[in-house]
Amino acid sequence: MTDHILSQNSAAARDVDVVRSRETRRHRFNAVLRYALLTVVGLLMLYPLIWLIGASFKTNSEIFSNPGFWPEHPTLDGYIRGWKTSTPYSFGTFFINTLWIVIPKVIGTAISCTAVAYGFARFDFPFKKVLFSALIATLLLPNVVTRIPQYLIFRDLGWLDSYLPLWVPSALAGDAFFVFMLVQFLRAIPRDMEEAARVDGANTIQTLVFIVVPLLMPALISVCLFQFMWTMNDFLGPLIYISSVEKYPISLALKLSIDTTEAFEWNRVLAMSVLSLAPALAVFFLAQKYFIDGISSGGIKG
Amino acid sequence: MARLQLRNLEKDYGTFRAVHGINLDVEDGEFMVLVGPSGCAKSTTLRMIAGLERVTGGEIRIGGELVNDKTPGDRGISMVFQNYALYPHMKVRKNLSFSMRLKRRPSAEIEQATNHVAGLLEIDPLLDRLPKQLSGGQAQRVAVGRALIKKPQVFLFDEPLSNLDAKLRASMRVRITDLHKRLKAENQQATVIYVTHDQTEAMTMGDRICVMKDGHIMQVADPVTLYSRPANTFVAGFIGSPEMNFLDGTFEGDNSVRAAEQLVTLGDEFTKRISGRSEHVTLGIRPQHLRIAAAETPGTIRGKLTHIEFMGHEVYLYVDIGPKRLIAVVPSASYDRGALRDDWVWLSADPKGVHLFDRQSGENISLAI
Repeated sequence: MTDHILSQNSAAARDVDVVRSRETRRHRFNAVLRYALLTVVGLLMLYPLIWLIGASFKTNSEIFSNPGFWPEHPTLDGYIRGWKTSTPYSFGTFFINTLWIVIPKVIGTAISCTAVAYGFARFDFPFKKVLFSALIATLLLPNVVTRIPQYLIFRDLGWLDSYLPLWVPSALAGDAFFVFMLVQFLRAIPRDMEEAARVDGANTIQTLVFIVVPLLMPALISVCLFQFMWTMNDFLGPLIYISSVEKYPISLALKLSIDTTEAFEWNRVLAMSVLSLAPALAVFFLAQKYFIDGISSGGIKG
Repeated sequence: MARLQLRNLEKDYGTFRAVHGINLDVEDGEFMVLVGPSGCAKSTTLRMIAGLERVTGGEIRIGGELVNDKTPGDRGISMVFQNYALYPHMKVRKNLSFSMRLKRRPSAEIEQATNHVAGLLEIDPLLDRLPKQLSGGQAQRVAVGRALIKKPQVFLFDEPLSNLDAKLRASMRVRITDLHKRLKAENQQATVIYVTHDQTEAMTMGDRICVMKDGHIMQVADPVTLYSRPANTFVAGFIGSPEMNFLDGTFEGDNSVRAAEQLVTLGDEFTKRISGRSEHVTLGIRPQHLRIAAAETPGTIRGKLTHIEFMGHEVYLYVDIGPKRLIAVVPSASYDRGALRDDWVWLSADPKGVHLFDRQSGENISLAI
């Protein structure tokens, strides 16, 4: 009887082992499949970028003869000659030009959008709903519609061929999307902290600067990051408003190196493309932590 | 110095009137508790005193000075919030000293005040932590410290203990009342307005208690008076646990009230007090004032014992009288298990614990002396 029970038990144990090992194998197989698929799709997405970096070290002739991304005869020629450009200015000038647009625009956006969002999220004033609706309505307006009126305004102001049309609207909270984003974020933050600050004797501006802005930091970093990348990539804005080559930002300068030379020096274009990607990539990786971080809920723990 | 006066204070939200012209005087150094069920506008009243909510009508005076249009920072008040509302990006030290730094006090003075408050509340080891690294009780103490450092004329507490567990709540209760006494002894003005929905907190902490309902003040009195001489059925029902027993009846003269088809006899003094008043009354008897009578005597109430709950030092007896249920609380020692479940029993009421309320207005008519 005892034997019988024992043997039954060991049989059951063996069954368990079999099932368990089958499960493990299935899990492992699934994981391999998943990662293989992800790797393939990831490579597919990244390949143009990888090829771009590889090709920037190739000679012009190799770009078309060698379809792979690894250069057979690596050369810095594209970088050296691309940096010089076909204009009297080096590529460095165009980098600095871009900064002259990006920096005021990002700072202006951060300050103005925070102020406007704070107003909409925390204060009651006449026509608040109408004004907020108008703000949201501008979100839905296609950019193209405002191009010509804007151009005419800036022409009358005498701002053509300067950077002002490119950053002043944003510095006056012209980007409804960012305002909307910050308003939504603020609405999720309890008001207790601001009320505590007011009881502590802070006025509206002090509350905004010392309490709201630090709480808003993750959203604010996202705003700056988006604005930075979109401005770096903006081609149409500078194309419309900037006419002298010495004021060109990177996006226009890249195009410049394509059509001013007779035979396209592709490796120069590619090399400069890699360089112009670098700041955006660097900023993104630096800010990634904050970008992903949610708001710390430390002050409102129960 | 720091007397707080509310005069015909009103608050409207659109067409809804939340606070109906309340009048309240809180003396200098007094610990006043505002208590009431949720939605009774106690928090709204507190927020109006703090200046976080605009006043629709009436006056708020702190130390005799009208503060209706002053900013919260200029009213000489400080407030402890239900959710602590610590600034999450500042360390405890900065949280405590925020108000002083706004006023640009010299750093030596800030340092000294911070350390003094930290010592008082035993939070010195926490000074370099962020709020998210604190437990609920520690965060609460930091919040109290932040209020304390301002040396305000009036402290406002908005349900500060409701986020803590029961044990911590009991110890914080003692800590806050101790602190209030200590400040008083140190000759610092320490008028306190404390909002809670918890009657235990109200009864144990308040010098006086202001019971509110639907934006009206029902009664302002010290805990003992509130318990023994409630002004109306609301206060009688709200204060005390288990709740006071109410029986509708008619006053029949001869010291007796007919309720639940039985004649309940009251003490002699009642007739004198109530003569000439309405005969439709509500009889109110606290569970602690009901006893099981040994035998039927005139004036006792007959009912069926339906539940017996043994609570340790006392026993809750549930007695059905017709459709009404009464609760009697008797000390365990005196409950000899003579009466069992489903037995018929006679309850006698201690005449000193019996109240008569006007059935229409709810007013306690047995108080008039």
